[in-house]
Amino acid sequence: MIEVDHLTKYYGNHAAVADVSFTAEPGQILGFLGPNGAGKTTTMRIITGYMPASSGTARVAGFDVFEQSREVRRRVGYLPENPPLYRDMTPTSYLDFVARIKGVPRPDRASAVGRALEATATEEVARQPIGTLSRGYKQRVAIAQAIVHSPEVIVLDEPTIGLDPQQIIGIRKLIRTLAEDRTVILSTHILPEVNQICDRVVIISRGRIVADDTTDSLTASEDLETVFLRVTTGDEPVVEEEVEEEEVGEAEQDLEPEAADDTTLDDYNHTAVHEITGVTEGEGDDR
Amino acid sequence: MTNIWAIAYKELRSYFYSPVAYVVMAGFLLISGFMFWNMLAQFSRYVAIYSSMQQPGQMEQMNLNDWVLSPLLGNMIIVFIMIIPLLTMRLFAEERANGTDELLLTSPVSTLEITLGKFSGATLFLVAMLACAFVYPAVLMYFGDPEVPRILTGYLALLLIGMSAISIGLFTSTLTDNQIVAGVLAGGTLLLLLLISWPADAVGESMGAVLRHLSLTDHSQDMMRGLVKSDDVIYYLSVVTVGLFLSQRSLESLRWR
Repeated sequence: MIEVDHLTKYYGNHAAVADVSFTAEPGQILGFLGPNGAGKTTTMRIITGYMPASSGTARVAGFDVFEQSREVRRRVGYLPENPPLYRDMTPTSYLDFVARIKGVPRPDRASAVGRALEATATEEVARQPIGTLSRGYKQRVAIAQAIVHSPEVIVLDEPTIGLDPQQIIGIRKLIRTLAEDRTVILSTHILPEVNQICDRVVIISRGRIVADDTTDSLTASEDLETVFLRVTTGDEPVVEEEVEEEEVGEAEQDLEPEAADDTTLDDYNHTAVHEITGVTEGEGDDR
Repeated sequence: MTNIWAIAYKELRSYFYSPVAYVVMAGFLLISGFMFWNMLAQFSRYVAIYSSMQQPGQMEQMNLNDWVLSPLLGNMIIVFIMIIPLLTMRLFAEERANGTDELLLTSPVSTLEITLGKFSGATLFLVAMLACAFVYPAVLMYFGDPEVPRILTGYLALLLIGMSAISIGLFTSTLTDNQIVAGVLAGGTLLLLLLISWPADAVGESMGAVLRHLSLTDHSQDMMRGLVKSDDVIYYLSVVTVGLFLSQRSLESLRWR
């Protein structure tokens, strides 16, 4: 379970995340949406113990991410935006290393690595140097490192980026399976992905939560794309608990450019679709 | 301890999976081998000259330790200053450039364990280099009769200097994600510590003593002569400790930057 309570993070005088609060229950997939620079990655980094918050608290599996950081890090699997891969290692040796530092006991390590390879369909490249793998395989190896130690909470930053459509379907299935008894937070730019796999949606814009509801409630009267564009272009927030309107620092606004008023859904989704098709076209058999 | 070993083992493997280990090892052995051959040739030449001149007094003063091994080990310090930054520059800078620091810093591993793991990995490579360089005294022991304790204390001095250089290089590698910058910073710092005692005679007695005390090489002189003094060992261990402390603090500060 994840409990984020009035979390704020400043870089200098600029608030990258301002008064963010939300919870995610076990068995739940929480979709974390927002424009680039909205504060998604910063929030995820705080939850995973990578960096401390300026104020507010975050608890993972009952442990405070700052006071009990080591306990939190033991229980969290994290896929950062840039896959944290050692190019000279093979997926097997890499996952074995990750399992070791994540505290998987020696007798269980080989089976844990085997399960992670199987779950991400990377067994056939398990003995090739990671540097020689295609982007899709690299992404899957990176996902494997996030689950190799069977964490209670999984935080995935853009998990399907770089994958072809078939692989995306596979990874979505994997995420659903993982979420059966775990808490999963995933950030994505692909809005249909949220519709398909997330139980709950949190939309963050300019460091603040502008929507927080179940996917069904949020899309009851209008589709997610419309909601997303409305709340991220400055219209009213859509949250279960009302979020106070406060001034956001001027420089913060510079960091997170507002979407143009005439932005359309097609404009927004074009980038995500282009990412997928671009990779697919270039990858051939994905090796 | 498990985490330290896991990281050290990973680092050691990384050296050998990349060309770094082979280039550095080959370069080190090539340069030190050339020095060894040169000094041995010079020693043989003088032995031949003094023998032909029938000068037993001069011959008695000549020995392998003073004429070959001590100068060789002294010159190998210079080689260390050149090659150790090549070993250390990637230790943290590469992690930051590739984003793998996020993996380490979100794992249940302390920054001290990460620091010690990286240091241990590089030190193990250094030990492997010194083991390979032990071929030179081995050749002398096979054909001659050098003093073994002096050889061992000389290699101990090299090990301590190498560990000091690694800890300094480790620290500079935490300061940037650019390996070249990290390497240049390490090389510059080590060169400064090598040359720092040069103006000692010109700056007064007390200041000169301070400069000599800070010098990486001055503390190795007695060890090269077979004498291990506790203040010399403490000096090198202090440099290592300060380097590791600064590295750990710098790594910890990444969370706050």
